[in-house]
Amino acid sequence: MSDATITETDDAVEIPHGYDDGSDHIGLPHHTSTGLSNTKLAMWLFLGSECLLFGGLISTYMLYRNRQADQLGPDQLWDIPFTSATSFVLLMSSLTMVMSVSAAKRKDEQRTKLWLTVTALLGGLFLAGQVYEFTVFYREGLGYTTSLFSSSFYTLTGFHGVHVAVGIIMLLSLVAMLARGKLVGDKHETVEMIGLYWHFVDVVWIVIFTLVYLIPA
Amino acid sequence: MAIIERPTETPALAGSGAAVVTPSSSYGYFRRPVQTTGWRSWAFTVDHKKIGIMYGVVAMVFFFIGGFEALLIRAQLAQADGTILSADKYNQMFTMHATTMVFLFVMPMASAFANYMMPLQIGARDVAFPRLNALSLWLFVFGGIFINTSWILGGAADGGWFMYAPNSSVPFSPTNGVDFWVLGLLITGVASQVGAINLIVTALNMRAPGMNLMRMPIFTWMALVVQFLLLFAIPVITVALFLLMFQRNFGATFFSVEAGADPLLWQHLFWLFGHPEVYILVLPAFGIISEVLPTFSRKPLFGYPFVVFSGAAIGFVGFGVWAHHMFAAGLGPISVAVFSVATMAIAVPTGVKIINWTMTMWGGKLWFTTAMLFAVGLIVQFTIGGLSGVTHAVAPSDTQQTDTYYIVAHFHYVIFGGAVLGLFAGIYYWWPKVFGKMLSERWGRWNFWFMIIGMNLTFGPMHILGLQGQPRRMYIWTEARAGEGYFDLAFWNLVSSIGSVVLAIGALFFIINVWVSRKHPPCPPDPWDARSLEWITTSPPKEHNFDRIPTVHTLDEFFHRKYEDVGEGDQHDYKQVATGEEVIELEEKYAEAHIHLPSPSYWPLILALSFPVLAYGVIYSTLLIVAGAAIAVLALFGWALEPPTADDSDFDPPPPGDDEPSKELAVSV
Amino acid sequence: MDTDATITDSGRTPTTADDAHGEPPAHAEPAQRHKEPTDRQYIFIALFLAVLTAIEIAATEVGPDGPLLIVSLLVLMAVKFLFVILFFMHLRFDSRLFSLVFYIGLGFAIGLYGVVLATFHFFVS
Repeated sequence: MSDATITETDDAVEIPHGYDDGSDHIGLPHHTSTGLSNTKLAMWLFLGSECLLFGGLISTYMLYRNRQADQLGPDQLWDIPFTSATSFVLLMSSLTMVMSVSAAKRKDEQRTKLWLTVTALLGGLFLAGQVYEFTVFYREGLGYTTSLFSSSFYTLTGFHGVHVAVGIIMLLSLVAMLARGKLVGDKHETVEMIGLYWHFVDVVWIVIFTLVYLIPA
Repeated sequence: MAIIERPTETPALAGSGAAVVTPSSSYGYFRRPVQTTGWRSWAFTVDHKKIGIMYGVVAMVFFFIGGFEALLIRAQLAQADGTILSADKYNQMFTMHATTMVFLFVMPMASAFANYMMPLQIGARDVAFPRLNALSLWLFVFGGIFINTSWILGGAADGGWFMYAPNSSVPFSPTNGVDFWVLGLLITGVASQVGAINLIVTALNMRAPGMNLMRMPIFTWMALVVQFLLLFAIPVITVALFLLMFQRNFGATFFSVEAGADPLLWQHLFWLFGHPEVYILVLPAFGIISEVLPTFSRKPLFGYPFVVFSGAAIGFVGFGVWAHHMFAAGLGPISVAVFSVATMAIAVPTGVKIINWTMTMWGGKLWFTTAMLFAVGLIVQFTIGGLSGVTHAVAPSDTQQTDTYYIVAHFHYVIFGGAVLGLFAGIYYWWPKVFGKMLSERWGRWNFWFMIIGMNLTFGPMHILGLQGQPRRMYIWTEARAGEGYFDLAFWNLVSSIGSVVLAIGALFFIINVWVSRKHPPCPPDPWDARSLEWITTSPPKEHNFDRIPTVHTLDEFFHRKYEDVGEGDQHDYKQVATGEEVIELEEKYAEAHIHLPSPSYWPLILALSFPVLAYGVIYSTLLIVAGAAIAVLALFGWALEPPTADDSDFDPPPPGDDEPSKELAVSV
Repeated sequence: MDTDATITDSGRTPTTADDAHGEPPAHAEPAQRHKEPTDRQYIFIALFLAVLTAIEIAATEVGPDGPLLIVSLLVLMAVKFLFVILFFMHLRFDSRLFSLVFYIGLGFAIGLYGVVLATFHFFVS
């Protein structure tokens, strides 16, 4: 498939074609009762539920943040400049994600893939920073089971990191599928949907960065 | 008749000279499944009706497994110094009885109804994400099997269905039972979460033309509220389960007191889920009887908007009362007072429903089919359970009742008397639609009465036992502690155990009913003269549900197509202008052509299989974790690369000379 | 019955006397409410978020102490949170239904977990 502009194919959101009115779905608004896309609604529902998942992990951390071992707590461990840098990286990845969605809307497939790739790279950079940071903590004596503080910290940031990793895989898969013309359905919508997920992951980090790293114990 | 086109099973059409059409392939190797008969048409189906039936059948199997576990418990407690179960086995038994009944029977049975009926009730051909629907089903099946393999792999979970930590941690529960429980519930939790998103999008986005939210059938409304409850409650227990899993398997100390942890963390997380969970259990039943009662009272549901809003209110407020399960945990007077008042508040919307159901029946022309018996039974039995619930809401009295059999009485009256009776009402009501045959009313009566008498004999005495002081979760009671007088623990325990046998016989009558009814003749499409859209179909419905998606003008659309109001002014006088069959015939006359249904797929089943593999890996071997993850990744990519409905090229080409949708009445397949 | 029945549409136009008062599909508000930000505005917002983050970090170094610091940090965090949600995720410009389901989730999370932490006397010094 050439790298020409994206052509709208089937508006194949996953509603059965029982609503088939014989015409193509090109350019038509969604055949749904609310006029909203199924997948977009599904993603927002999912994100609403994720608030409760991360809320639980954050609450556990907040409860246990002062139950430390051997003077191994935030004051001793945190390297705020470093974490600020990785936070900045993740924040910028949200910007590049928005650029990608914008390009998809304009049907500029080249730019879409470019920005998606940059987003994935920035996300990967963030994760690399996390891995480095945790390695440093571990060397300084903060293992997973060292204390309640450590378990809660690693669990919370670990869950977030897994979400970032899954996001990176989705971003790169999307690039590959776009490149090989294997994307089914509305391309702009798919990019937008993955964008929602990615921004949410960023937003969770905004909360974690403040609550975990900045607010004094 | 509508034209349904489906991919050919054989690559070559002999002698037709037509183009060869084969199912498109994934990864260049696997052809998409296309079978419409045989086991493969069930294993790879994405049809909500088949999925609903499978949910129901598997749920029923677990009902009997959980019931058997209950019988063992009652056998143990029938007499003093029981020897049927050891203390350890007893702990496993009540844990698994509850876990099975809650997670593997009531919830999936409600899913069975929601899956089967919701698309039909809103005039859709399937749910929003059919493959995701199949995934939910298989995750439930495999998760349920996974938990139960613990029985033969070292022992089942033994910490109670609420699994309080640190009692559920390794020092106190050293077998793998709790691990099976944790991982199994994580698997079924994904099923519920994903199903919730699916059904919410379905109800909001796929309604028939003209069906605004206040014309939606009431069962669909209640099911929708339930999905929102699941959406927000499941993540909380997911957190709890992960924390417990990390504690048990990776040495974390989230709930270890000696490490400085607070066990109440588990209780809060569990009950934040656990309380909405009980409304998840009962609201579908409420929805079902809100359909059954109007049909068999020959009257519309009294106060439909009130029933809708009270259902939503119960769901919403239900999130705010969780700590009433923790009144004796040492929260302090302020917390206890707040939650006590909140809990009393929740009785109000429930009471509204009871009134509405009663007023629906009032002045109606009552027809006591088995479904109606179960529905009325729910009103009576649930009210009893609700009354004991009110006594629990009052924290001081709850302090005496908590951890006694009085609580056991309460929740069995609301769960069995509420959820289970409602589900059985639904089974009897919708059986003709789903299977095309009527269940025997005679056996239905035996089923009903034995269940009612049985449940009251079993759970009624538990109120007394509780107030006499019998604690929960005790594997044995002795003569010395049985109390004084004739009506002591011994008497009531025996009555309760006899009651459980009566109940079991009632359940058996249901199976007998299913068995003898299989030879019944086909039944009409509208045997009950019902009111809502799901009855504007054949029995069983065609694969595509509706030949033409109906346009909806009012609540109880089907009723109003059959009956016209010829009354004057405020007087309502309904005259029949069409039979159900005639309404259906009219829809068939204008059948749509070229319906492409969502196509079957391997990937949901394969993805679902990866979960227990992963779970066994967490317990036994890292290699299995890797294998499970690999299968999952493979399945996810396969899924993503596969269109939800197969390519047009997958389908039979139109007959020669027919290049566009026919402008004549559709021909039969 | 009607002889001009067509089935090219899926029954949404009235084709029978029964359907004479058929309605168009129930359709909520339009999917977009206001004009979306341009790419330049997005960059601006991103820089704004970066600046807020810098202020947050600076506040921990040279800012006030105690409760005042915590409140300021929380406010800054909330502002960043909302900007990403409302603008990057388009919530401000999209259907209110999306806002509803997300804010319910967010509200439950803050409210319920807040109460849990309160019972642990988390907010009492």
